Amino acid sequence: MTLTTDPESARHALTTMWTIRRFEEAVDDMFARGLMHGTMHLSIGQEAVPTGACMALSEGDYITSTHRGHGHCIAKGAKLDAMMAELLAKETGYCRGRGGSMHIADVATGNLGANGIVAGGVPIAAGAGLAVRMRGGSEVVVSFFGDGAVNEGAWHEGVNLAAIWDLPVVFVCENNRYGMSMSVDRAFNVDTLAERAHGYGIPGVTVDGNDPQAVHDAVADAVQRARSGGGPSFVEALTYRWKGHSKSDKNLYRTREEIESWRERDPIAAFEAAVTGGGATAGAATAPALSASDVEECRTLARDRVREAIRTANAAPDADAATLTDAVYAPAGEPIAGGARA
Amino acid sequence: MTTTSDTRPASGPVDSAAVEPRTLTYSEAVREAMAQAMAADDRVFLFGEDVGTYGGAFGVSGDLVHRFGTERVRDTPISELGIVGAAVGAGLAGMRPIVEIQFSDFTAQAMDQIANQAAKIHFMLGGAATVPMVLRAPGGSGTGAAAQHSQSLEAWFAHVPGLKVVMPSTAADAKGLLLSAIDDPNPVIVLEHKLLYKQSGPVPEEPVRVPLGETAVRRTGTDVTIVATGVMVSRALEAAERLAADGVSAGVLDPRTLRPLDDRTIVDSVAATGRALLVQEAPKTGGFMSEIAARIVESPAFGRLQAPVSRLCGLDAPIPYAPQLEQAAVPQVDDIVTKAGELVRRW
Ligand SMILES: Cc1ncc(C[n+]2csc(CCOP(=O)(O)OP(=O)(O)O)c2C)c(N)n1
Ligand SMILES: [Mg+2]
Repeated sequence: MTLTTDPESARHALTTMWTIRRFEEAVDDMFARGLMHGTMHLSIGQEAVPTGACMALSEGDYITSTHRGHGHCIAKGAKLDAMMAELLAKETGYCRGRGGSMHIADVATGNLGANGIVAGGVPIAAGAGLAVRMRGGSEVVVSFFGDGAVNEGAWHEGVNLAAIWDLPVVFVCENNRYGMSMSVDRAFNVDTLAERAHGYGIPGVTVDGNDPQAVHDAVADAVQRARSGGGPSFVEALTYRWKGHSKSDKNLYRTREEIESWRERDPIAAFEAAVTGGGATAGAATAPALSASDVEECRTLARDRVREAIRTANAAPDADAATLTDAVYAPAGEPIAGGARA
Repeated sequence: MTTTSDTRPASGPVDSAAVEPRTLTYSEAVREAMAQAMAADDRVFLFGEDVGTYGGAFGVSGDLVHRFGTERVRDTPISELGIVGAAVGAGLAGMRPIVEIQFSDFTAQAMDQIANQAAKIHFMLGGAATVPMVLRAPGGSGTGAAAQHSQSLEAWFAHVPGLKVVMPSTAADAKGLLLSAIDDPNPVIVLEHKLLYKQSGPVPEEPVRVPLGETAVRRTGTDVTIVATGVMVSRALEAAERLAADGVSAGVLDPRTLRPLDDRTIVDSVAATGRALLVQEAPKTGGFMSEIAARIVESPAFGRLQAPVSRLCGLDAPIPYAPQLEQAAVPQVDDIVTKAGELVRRW
């Protein structure tokens, strides 16, 4: 799939990236105005990774996500109003107000959930891959995580299980150069995180995470390998988080210049330039995938979808404390085969 | 009965003849304890995620990296098991490490090193080695951080012989108990509370130790003994104030350390009032207040009870995100007033 030359793909990629950006900006704004509770981890600047990666997936494929998960959720096809309702602590939110930003999941689209625990989703992805394998399915699991997660024990154990059992999992690292204040330069003794893959005997590549095409191509390769029984792979996508880690971040560990230099590499602006023909594309001259007015349409669509989601969410009833203990345990369901009642 | 210098008066202002003590926030008090310990003893050092330039996830380490350098205020990767294990090793090999875990929930990652290593090494080796280390971590709900960032896990640690467990509820105790924890030759888990970090109180400037294992009497009362931990201590005090206006005299005890536990003070108080209300933020089932309830009913205070020993705890549910749900999940001042009033009026 060529995102920059195929109009339909270009439109989808651009609208998705703008939707993520507008969603995050709206959350940032509502948070600042005291309309949202808790804490938020925004993915502004990183939109190309979930967009490119999820465009390489098919219906039924799974993802596991992170604390910085709004983009993954949107790119996998979640409903914006149910996401917004969750953040606004509404009964109509994805988790009925129980989970909030760090726990949004959309099981219907294969999103097994954001995660408040760094690397928590990595072994879970291996397990989902194991389930697919054991029930003879053809789905693939993409596990998103940050650079920081790569130093957790859970990451190593999860990746190794997927590797030794040839599970259909693609490990996608959003290397935004920091885990909170800890830079990758201080946290790792290797040049690229993709090198870690080699220690587990699986392929590892490093790509430009601000280019949805590059992310898509690497993930599509890995998905194809996984789906055809070739086992897991690791894709490291180099990107950058424009905003602070969370609301408490004073950005003391990085310079204004560094942040500015990455803002100049805005993944959305670069993609717009590429799809309208302004980008330097190698090879034969092809007609631009999108016109300036197409681009404007994508932007407007994204903005309107986010506005509509806020309107719908605001009108919904607040999460209900009376039913607080209801969902601690699942109700008895279908027992496994072969049971006999006492 | 132990009455400590930071005990709040039953009512009315502090004796005006006394020198007005300096006030610090709880988090400043923790920082001051670490700074004084590091200044006094080269073996003491702090490490954990973002404790350096960032100043700690909750700003507790603040400027310590500028005062003591990156060697002794050491940022780590996100590797809780490795961090705590390194503290165990450093302690075994002669240092006095302080580890900060950003949220007490993430001690789950490090549990092998806490429960199987740190807690047991001294005993397993027949006393031949010690693991002098302190693990500081904030617990508790009230910040909208939801189920994986809001737990009150003191019972996990208190259930492991070999660990000491501390829950400071005032700024003075945050400093004084931490200093005792650093002195201690055993692994000590210090559970701070997120909602307390910004609360201020008088704190001695000198590195005054508050001994581990002394229950503080925060308020005396004759009708009911309220035992509370962590952020529930200030809620219990507020409730006691309101109960007093209603003619109910409630005492408030703060165990401060769960291991070692000064149950004497608690039992004596309950023997005098005949009623016990035990308040914790953690879920009720298997919680530490169940232990305190058992100590009371196993003691001679049993014969003096005028009412069943009663627990007021968090719901048996994970902490939810929505603010109205989060509030409903753990005891609030109103709940304490109602429950204590019931105990006194009904029995
Ligand atoms: C086990 C665990 N340790 C620490 C944290 C606190 N924390 C949350 S996000 C984060 C940084 C994660 O860095 P990275 O994986 O690179 O993701 P990014 O935030 O950059 O997207 C930290 C330390 C946590 N949530 N879970
Ligand atoms: Mg990162």
